[in-house]
Amino acid sequence: MPELRKARIATASLAGCFGCHMAILDIDERLIGLMGLVEFDRSPVNDIKKFTKRCDIGIIEGGCCNEENVHVLQDFRRNCDVLIALGQCAIMGGLPAMRNAVMHSENPLLECLEEAYISGRFIRNTTHQIPNDPALPLVLDKVYPLSEVVKIDYNIPGCAPTGDVIYSTLASLLAGKFRGFERELIKFD
Amino acid sequence: MDVQTSQAPETVEAAPPPKAEILEICAEYGNDRHRMMDILHTVQNRYRWIAPETMEAIAEATDLSRIQVEGVASFYSFFSLKPKGRVTIRLCDDIIDRFHGLDAVVAEFERALGIKMGQTSRDGAFSLEFTPCIGMSDQAPAAMINDVVITKLTREKARDVANALRAGETPEKIAVPGFSPSSAHERANRMVNSNIRHAGEVLLGPVPQNAGLTKAVSITPTQIITTMEESGLRGCGGAGFVTGRKWRFAAGGEAERRFVICNADEGEPGTFKDRVLLTERPHLLIEGMTVAARAVGAREGIIYLRGEYEYLRPLLEEVLDERRAAGLLGTEIMGVRNFHFDIRIQLGAGAYVCGEEGALISSCEGLPGEPKTRPPFPVQRGYLGYPTVVNNVETFCHAARILDKGAKWFFDMGKEGSHGTKLFSVSGDCLNPGIYELPYGHSIWELLSIVGGEDAAAVQVGGPSGTMIGRDSFSRKLTFDDLATGGAIIIFNGSRNILEIVEYYMSFFVHESCGYCTPCRVGNVFLQKAIAKFRKGLANPEDIEYLRDLSSTIIETSRCGLGITSPNPVLTTLKSFPLIYSTMTKPTKDGIRDTFDIQAAIDGARKIAKRRSYIFDKDFSQ
Repeated sequence: MPELRKARIATASLAGCFGCHMAILDIDERLIGLMGLVEFDRSPVNDIKKFTKRCDIGIIEGGCCNEENVHVLQDFRRNCDVLIALGQCAIMGGLPAMRNAVMHSENPLLECLEEAYISGRFIRNTTHQIPNDPALPLVLDKVYPLSEVVKIDYNIPGCAPTGDVIYSTLASLLAGKFRGFERELIKFD
Repeated sequence: MDVQTSQAPETVEAAPPPKAEILEICAEYGNDRHRMMDILHTVQNRYRWIAPETMEAIAEATDLSRIQVEGVASFYSFFSLKPKGRVTIRLCDDIIDRFHGLDAVVAEFERALGIKMGQTSRDGAFSLEFTPCIGMSDQAPAAMINDVVITKLTREKARDVANALRAGETPEKIAVPGFSPSSAHERANRMVNSNIRHAGEVLLGPVPQNAGLTKAVSITPTQIITTMEESGLRGCGGAGFVTGRKWRFAAGGEAERRFVICNADEGEPGTFKDRVLLTERPHLLIEGMTVAARAVGAREGIIYLRGEYEYLRPLLEEVLDERRAAGLLGTEIMGVRNFHFDIRIQLGAGAYVCGEEGALISSCEGLPGEPKTRPPFPVQRGYLGYPTVVNNVETFCHAARILDKGAKWFFDMGKEGSHGTKLFSVSGDCLNPGIYELPYGHSIWELLSIVGGEDAAAVQVGGPSGTMIGRDSFSRKLTFDDLATGGAIIIFNGSRNILEIVEYYMSFFVHESCGYCTPCRVGNVFLQKAIAKFRKGLANPEDIEYLRDLSSTIIETSRCGLGITSPNPVLTTLKSFPLIYSTMTKPTKDGIRDTFDIQAAIDGARKIAKRRSYIFDKDFSQ
């Protein structure tokens, strides 16, 4: 019997706090077994910036708050068979989406940026300007959950998701046996 | 159609009304917090708005906190927290009105009054706004002008009305031109046509006066209830609960006070049968309520009249006075010792959800019209915590007739499980829209041939919360077991866009959700957005499953009938017209959503940063 090739996994953190990536480490010692089944392609874990091959699973943390997030996400969708939204920011927009609540304004985006960089009470910004380096990606009008930009196959809930739910989802997906989440794993109260 | 999104109204300067006058109004209602609706109505009518200072004053008088008063004032769409014009014109924005030339009427009013929909003129003379179905679907487009109603609007009529208003004519004179009417009944009839197309044996045929009540005082309360049970009468508001059983529950157990409430809040778009009964059979209705009062031992009654039917209030008050004078209401009715009963009218203020009995009771108690958790049911603990019978107008009318003619007479009409006759409010694309009183059990085909609508492509049975069916199902029957309905039959011909209708009905539910249950408050918005996506041709095949999934979540997790039935426009059209949905879908290309528009999303930032995108502006090169 020929040896099965390892599944290729890619990950990215968009408008998130990297906490969901940290949560992957909560898989703890089971990580060793899991690493026997997979290899990482594009990911901040190994600092590979571009896809080298098509991947089986893409895992995305965070929603889309700027054009680069959208670009990365679309790239993931085109290069991954299965795309997973990891954590609440990816699924619903999460904390960054609080700025979506600024809506009763002529220019909500400008109002947000001004408060964040100029007029906020506790701001120390000696330049008194909104950062505008050409290298900075343009900010979107609001924060979008991933599923509004591309089709998402699975959502792993949590802020951050527990190591257990990440492990059980990945393990059962790799075994081709994923049938939804155990209620105990996604019950938060 | 974008008419519903109106611009922010121009602010009109107005000083808050003097506090002493507000306190006087509160005192008129005994500073009773349960009469909050009446207090707010009086304030709104007199000063055209409810100012923050006014709310403080009312709170002080009724011993509530300001936020409790504001909770009520902001819940109902006929109360305004900003100054409204002395004449407020509310155009009925139902789908039927839209299909019958609402656009032209809107344009004419806007032009003639110089304001846009949702605005108030700078001199405080006029306000122009939309309101959901006002119960005039048989004579659409219609409008409310303050508390009177104008029907069958056209561009020309709209212009005449607007000009007359600008010339200082009162709304009353415009709605009832010519000699002043001799009675309240004539006034109502000259304002709104009853359009009775087919009178049946029970309600709209000849009805002897007080025959049912005479019978009721000659037998015991228990016998009245038994008669009701034997007649097979079921509630006519839509839910179809067995009336006799409801009365038996309410009569049982010990209670200091009991109440009989008439639900005259028919807000279901396309329903107007209660309007006709209130106009043509007010005595029969009150007779029925009095019978119910004797059956359950109630001394107090309330008619909850929807705000849109305020023009019927003088008529009802007149009938109540007549009956009091004739000894048919008040103390010792018909000379029977210990039989006391009187009725007050509670005016609603434009909230569809108040047709739900729990919400209706909340509203009568002076609270925001939010449904109550069940159990306890109103028959156990209803108005002010006492056993309460809430029945529809038509149900009470039937009850009075049943006592007169006997249970068997009623039971023999109609079909097994659906006995007696039913009023159908027929509107939309047919020759003769209006009221038809028919026994239960007719098929849709039969009904269509009676009303002259054989070329119908779709029929909405029971309004938005009911069922929409296509031609292949027109042999289905109008009974509780097959096509249950509160009476609304809306007919659409082949030129109508089904998805436009569904999107409108969803926007109606979004507007009317009381907001208590999140799945209803938020879920209906998502459903409406999803339908909009279908209409734009941006939906994916899997979105059909999403519609079903979301609908079942809303149904399972909402506590009142509004949430439980609000996904029906989507679900029933998915069932009756699946191809309409599937033709509008296309699969996504590489899983990238067509609905996401990156150019629109970065446009604001492009303007703020004054530079273009390295990634998405294709012609841009570094």
